[in-house]
Amino acid sequence: MSSQSPPIAELRRRAAGFATGPGPMTPVRYRVAGTRLELAAPRTVTLALVPLDEPLPPFRAGQFNMVWSFGVGEVAVSVSGDPSRTDTPLLHTVRSVGAVTASLCAAQPGDVVGLRGPFGTPWGVEDAAGGDVVFVGGGIGVAPLRSAIDAVLARRDAYGHVAVLIGARSPGDLLYPDEVESWSRRGDLQVEVTVDRAEGSWRGDVGVVTTLIPHIGGDPARTTAFVCGPEVMMRFVAAALVERGVPASRVRISMERNMKCGVAQCGHCQYGESFVCTDGPVFGWDRVGPHFRVVER
Amino acid sequence: MSATLAELLAEHRFFADLDDEFVGVLAACAHEVHVPGGTVLFEEGGPAQACWFLRRGRVSVEVRTPRGVAVIATVGPGQVLGWSWLFPPYRWHFDARALEDLDAIMLDGPCVRARVEADPRLGYELMKRFTELSIQRLQSTRLQLLDLYGPGHELAEPSDR
Repeated sequence: MSSQSPPIAELRRRAAGFATGPGPMTPVRYRVAGTRLELAAPRTVTLALVPLDEPLPPFRAGQFNMVWSFGVGEVAVSVSGDPSRTDTPLLHTVRSVGAVTASLCAAQPGDVVGLRGPFGTPWGVEDAAGGDVVFVGGGIGVAPLRSAIDAVLARRDAYGHVAVLIGARSPGDLLYPDEVESWSRRGDLQVEVTVDRAEGSWRGDVGVVTTLIPHIGGDPARTTAFVCGPEVMMRFVAAALVERGVPASRVRISMERNMKCGVAQCGHCQYGESFVCTDGPVFGWDRVGPHFRVVER
Repeated sequence: MSATLAELLAEHRFFADLDDEFVGVLAACAHEVHVPGGTVLFEEGGPAQACWFLRRGRVSVEVRTPRGVAVIATVGPGQVLGWSWLFPPYRWHFDARALEDLDAIMLDGPCVRARVEADPRLGYELMKRFTELSIQRLQSTRLQLLDLYGPGHELAEPSDR
């Protein structure tokens, strides 16, 4: 992290990037074209959204939108669809953890929500081209990774060994099971799934996601890792990856903080000298690792 | 046959950098085994007489509860199954079942115990490795206990805080 806070001029410059169109603080109306119940508890729903007004600019894998449930409030949600598909609805997978997300999870086709964005730094999967790649997702953290996985699969030949490691609380809590199954059937992707607890009928792995890391193929020194999940999980995963030989600068994690404005003006998501909404959410582990045990207040 | 077993042992991650002399001693206590999927390798409370160095296939470590079988962990290629043979009372604490056909090197526990009693250097090398293994399993168990994907680890919305 830089030793100084971004100067006011820099913050203004960032905000000025949104000077065209309705401005970064004005939501664009999107219609809920479809919903898909991903998990019953905690309720997790994927919203397929189509624009009613001029659509938002194309997103890059790893970026997020601020999603309005009108009359309730607004939350930051990563885009979880394929960034190369501009002809399909925008996908947001939302987990109900509060009033706004509960309202979004209850949305029905035809309802209207508001979107601002896309905001934040992308995963930068294109930087990993020519080397090996590992994705490590835990729980709902698989959602922000899906767009990055889609982006890599869209240019599969550009990458070496590609591994997807997924951790879930139980087999019933696994996000996107159909896609995970389809990834597993591909011959060019190493897919490993583990759960923290299971009944006897589960045929897969049981154990924390870090136990999968020794089984990753490819060359750690030329691997780029993309990690998303609860912060404690990311901390241990990053440590295990670095111990395996993946350079800390090539371990990229997606931070979750309470973002409010999305343009580094309000300070809600300030993290040390950084704003998660504009300097992140994707950071290199070498940059944020030392600050990772800070308790959010 | 011993030479082949020594090579197989030396290939296993657990024995990385172990002196050839010690590998040879352990090979004298080793057997190559092929176990059909579904086989129960041991049961809770039974005598712990061996450990398995897995080369292919996975094993489920389980405990029976009034609600059914709960899987505690799975162990796969490159990993080690079983350490209860190393410590009194030499009884298994859980059940273990082959999820798939297994290829493994099985070490005879009493045979190894006799060897390490005779040569503390070998005992120290083995203890270092099993201690590291137990630390890894302990860390994993602690993370499992944190229930990382449970509700307590979700970031609440600003309006909920």
